[in-house]
Amino acid sequence: MLEGFGAILIAMGAVFFVAGTVGLLRFPDIFCRLHALTKADGLGLALIALGVALLAGTAGAAFRVALVWFFVAIASATCSHLIARYARHGAGGVP
Amino acid sequence: MIAPLVIFDLLLALTIVALAVAVLCLRDLFAMIVVFIIFGLVSALAWVRLSAPDVALAEAAIGTGVTGALLLKTLHHLRYVTGRLGQNAARGLTAMAPVPVAVLLANAAFCGLITLGLAVAFLGAPAAGPGFEGLVAQAMPQSGVEHSVTAVLLNFRAYDTLMEVVVLLAAVIAVWQIERGLSEAPAPVMGVVWQGFARLALPVIVVVGTYLLWVGAEAPGGAFQGGAMLAAVGLLLLLTRAYVPQPGHRGLARGAFVLGTAAFCAGGPSGGQRGPRGL
Repeated sequence: MLEGFGAILIAMGAVFFVAGTVGLLRFPDIFCRLHALTKADGLGLALIALGVALLAGTAGAAFRVALVWFFVAIASATCSHLIARYARHGAGGVP
Repeated sequence: MIAPLVIFDLLLALTIVALAVAVLCLRDLFAMIVVFIIFGLVSALAWVRLSAPDVALAEAAIGTGVTGALLLKTLHHLRYVTGRLGQNAARGLTAMAPVPVAVLLANAAFCGLITLGLAVAFLGAPAAGPGFEGLVAQAMPQSGVEHSVTAVLLNFRAYDTLMEVVVLLAAVIAVWQIERGLSEAPAPVMGVVWQGFARLALPVIVVVGTYLLWVGAEAPGGAFQGGAMLAAVGLLLLLTRAYVPQPGHRGLARGAFVLGTAAFCAGGPSGGQRGPRGL
């Protein structure tokens, strides 16, 4: 029961990743691509992390998965911000 | 009916080969580095599929993270600081000067020799032999740790690992000889979001690196992976300009490197291996 639920969550997360990748490949400019990637991958990552936490079994492992989710989420948000910022202002841009 | 994991493994192997070819064929240096980083991540996945999580961690942390960051830093240095690459080259495509044919041929010959040696070693090895698992399992009680990879790395072949650490020290000395001057590159303005992230992430990376070092006694992890995490802290500090190297700090850094190696000589299993931290 729990395994099946976790697998369904991971599959749903994978669907969102595929959608984000299609957006990355199909959208015309860097801001549209970032838009597709950040939205879809953020949700996909959350779903996959939830599914893995369900499959993990022990509470400690679930906690570690939650930590990984948190830091990957803020790291990818920061990276997207940096890419968008560079595209908008260049390297020495307006602070 | 083929098992789904076999299909996955085949796809993984094909992806790795395709990425390797892409790295070699790309002309844009930045794209090359990015594809190299992806190559490292996919090979880490392959190591997981081969049930070698230790190697996967090392590949992800050292081969991908630290090496990728160093390559990107070098590219930045080449493009914007020394100005060795012209404006056109900085945008991407052309190489600086054509490589002499003799160098190309020599490189190709060396690569061919290495491939040949690997092929001979691979084909000559006994197929699916027992390996050293039995010996290691017998000697485990004497090692003082519970994870066999750590036991082999830091106990049974401690001299080899010690020599590797000494090689790292020698590499650091060589790098210091080459890079005498301090880099005067203006730091790119990265904004408040980045600073907040660095402030949040730095202490956590230190904790994770130490955890990897500590957990190496009973599970995948260990000195090299933990050292790579600590090296990432150093890189983040340098990139954010939270720490700017001062000439007065050099003696301290030299002392720390020698102390790290000496501590490894003395300490055995928990020796303070400093990782590839040479900057």
